[in-house]
Amino acid sequence: MGFVFYLISTFTVGGALAAVLLKNLVHAALALTVAFFGLALLFLRLDAQFAGFAQILVYVGAVAILVVFAILLTRGSELPKEGVFSKTWLVGLAIAAGVFALLAWAVLQAAPWLPQEKAAPTVTVNDIGNALMSRYVLPLEIVAVLLTAALLGAVIVAMHEKERSR
Amino acid sequence: MLGEGILKGLVETARNFAGSYVSKERLTTVEYPEERSPLPEAARNFPFLVYDGDDWEKGLRCVACQICEKECPPKCIYIEKSKDKKPDYVGKLQIYPAKFDIDISVCMSCQICVEVCPFEAIKMDTEFELATDDRFRGLLLDRHQLARSNEYYHEIHPTEAAEVDARLADEKAKVEAKAKAAAEAAAAKAAAGTSATTAADAAKAGSSAPAPKPVAAETKASATPAKPNEGEPKA
Amino acid sequence: MIERLDQIFVILKHWLLGYLPESWQTPVGVILSVVCIIGLYPALFAITTVLERKGVARIQNRLGPNRVGPYGILQPMADGIKSLTKEDIVPTTADGVVHFLAPVVLVVVVFMGFAVLPMGRNMVLVDMDAGLLFYFAMGASAELSVFMAGWSSRNKYSLLGAMRAVAQMISYEIALLLSSVVIVMITGSLSLVKIVEAQNHYTWGLPHWFIFTPWGLAGFLMYAIAGTAETNRSPFDLPEGESELVAGYHTEYSGFKFALFFLGEYVAMFSISGLGSTLFLGGWTAPLEVLQFIPSWIWFFGKLFLSMGVFIWMRGTLPRLRQDQLMNFAWKFVLPMCLLNLFAAGLWHFMGAGWLRWVVCSAILILAYVSIGREGMRRKNLGPRSYRYAE
Repeated sequence: MGFVFYLISTFTVGGALAAVLLKNLVHAALALTVAFFGLALLFLRLDAQFAGFAQILVYVGAVAILVVFAILLTRGSELPKEGVFSKTWLVGLAIAAGVFALLAWAVLQAAPWLPQEKAAPTVTVNDIGNALMSRYVLPLEIVAVLLTAALLGAVIVAMHEKERSR
Repeated sequence: MLGEGILKGLVETARNFAGSYVSKERLTTVEYPEERSPLPEAARNFPFLVYDGDDWEKGLRCVACQICEKECPPKCIYIEKSKDKKPDYVGKLQIYPAKFDIDISVCMSCQICVEVCPFEAIKMDTEFELATDDRFRGLLLDRHQLARSNEYYHEIHPTEAAEVDARLADEKAKVEAKAKAAAEAAAAKAAAGTSATTAADAAKAGSSAPAPKPVAAETKASATPAKPNEGEPKA
Repeated sequence: MIERLDQIFVILKHWLLGYLPESWQTPVGVILSVVCIIGLYPALFAITTVLERKGVARIQNRLGPNRVGPYGILQPMADGIKSLTKEDIVPTTADGVVHFLAPVVLVVVVFMGFAVLPMGRNMVLVDMDAGLLFYFAMGASAELSVFMAGWSSRNKYSLLGAMRAVAQMISYEIALLLSSVVIVMITGSLSLVKIVEAQNHYTWGLPHWFIFTPWGLAGFLMYAIAGTAETNRSPFDLPEGESELVAGYHTEYSGFKFALFFLGEYVAMFSISGLGSTLFLGGWTAPLEVLQFIPSWIWFFGKLFLSMGVFIWMRGTLPRLRQDQLMNFAWKFVLPMCLLNLFAAGLWHFMGAGWLRWVVCSAILILAYVSIGREGMRRKNLGPRSYRYAE
């Protein structure tokens, strides 16, 4: 079963790397989509069905489309005049390596405290629904208000432009 | 209410669908080439030459007057006159066309040749399935290919053919009446005058008289109008 | 005997797997089922193309194709040969990899949706707990392929068609999800097998299909509208209409790739009809209690063909909707109706059995339909045209 994990993670990491390194912006966006798929497969391997399918539904079905639309509606689809990499890439690499080291240290530190049994606890959609409605109802409502605010903001921005052009 | 028009539209199309299996007016397709929709009577495509009777060479009405050749706008008719003569429908000896070619790839179906022909010899055909793979001579129709019988003409243009036949019959009746009057006058002269010279005339008149007689047997309707014409020897 | 006929495919599969050793049985079983699905649905697609052409032709007072076989039923073979032997033209400036992958992604994603549809009693490929969610996840991925097709062609009009198509698909996907959520709410489960089981009861010979409830009927109508729009099917076929934008996002595709797009669209139609009949029309259950002797898979495919017939009927009847009419319809009519449907279904559940809940729910829904229909679809006064340029 380790083989499957390595296969999926190859796809994911490969997609993420391609998303960063490719010159063509739309190709990079599509590679990011592959990375999202890989993440969803990893979730499914851990028996988190809801998380896996919601990942596909939301990230691939909405976020990727959003990224692609944003590229298209601006002029991002043309190749950039200068190179893709910035001049200060060494500093960026150092910062990324530092963050990764911090995260790795935090995860490995907490490793002895993780439960040792092989079987993952099954969290059904039922449980998630119950938890959202009872214990986590406040965060749910806040997120809903946030999304509504975003929607209204988008509508206002679009409307404002229409007013100006008249 | 929202959706009402959609439902009405759906009902209408369902009626069309079901009706197309039962009634002819909801399925108007004519499956060519197994079925053909009937052409209107005045349809015309390319000309053909009319002949009377059974033998197309002998009964060809055309006398090679070349009027249609001269009047044709794209000049698609080519006529060569014959050296000898043959009798026409009234018995008079006429020349006939030795060659009568129409290039129907040039013909523009204007019907001018039909309009100017004084002998009702050329009429418009309705045949349109004339495609050929012979690029140069396939659409050049000669005299034999152009000749169609009068019965065929009746089939494709019944009213026109009936009119033409009536006109030809009238003319033939007039000619016959004239010939009869002339024969009677000649016979009277022969009876009154000398025998030798007028007998030759009578023989000549007699030889031309039998020619209309078998033709007169066909057109019996001319018998009755011939009688009142006797009173007027001058037509 | 009736049981055996009903379960004949399951029995066949187990008999074939009996010849294999233990460890091989599960993978080979899965592969066998997958091969059956991949073989069956394109065959149905072939039949549907002929039926559609002849059906639409009869609606339009003419005969459909009738030269190839008896009554034209071998027409799909001629179409298949044509699309296989046509030259595959790829524009020189087109993005080769993405251009190639777009129809592939579409077909893969569309076929994945069939993994969770129960096509008969005990005849589901994978009985997932979150089956409905999986189905919608796959549906969401199909939009990506549409965009890929439009963008990789390097054709302004393809791109425009693709953007319109994606906008349409996203708007109506929300309606699709909301009308299915009602069913999940009432049944309490995301698994399609359990949803069909919940409809497998009969009262006085009539079934407990969800379409026979007020919220079920409204939900089914919204689902049907949204499903028609998801698969870019008339009257929502602006992205692929022949007189608009040539052929929309698949303008630059020829030969087999175009056939793949076509296949993808029709198989998506099958998929959505299958899900619709599972959710609202009782899946593989029979309409009357006395008719249960007919095998379950016959009922499922019968309902599928019925839905196909309705799709074809609508295609022959309705004119195409304009893009802004489409979007208005989605956001101003279908979405509010779906939300009110959710509310009505909740009332239904908490009111308890009896005639009162029928009256109340029906009243709410009819009132909503009439008022939203009047208000939401009122034609707005279009003033003089104002242009807006992208900065």
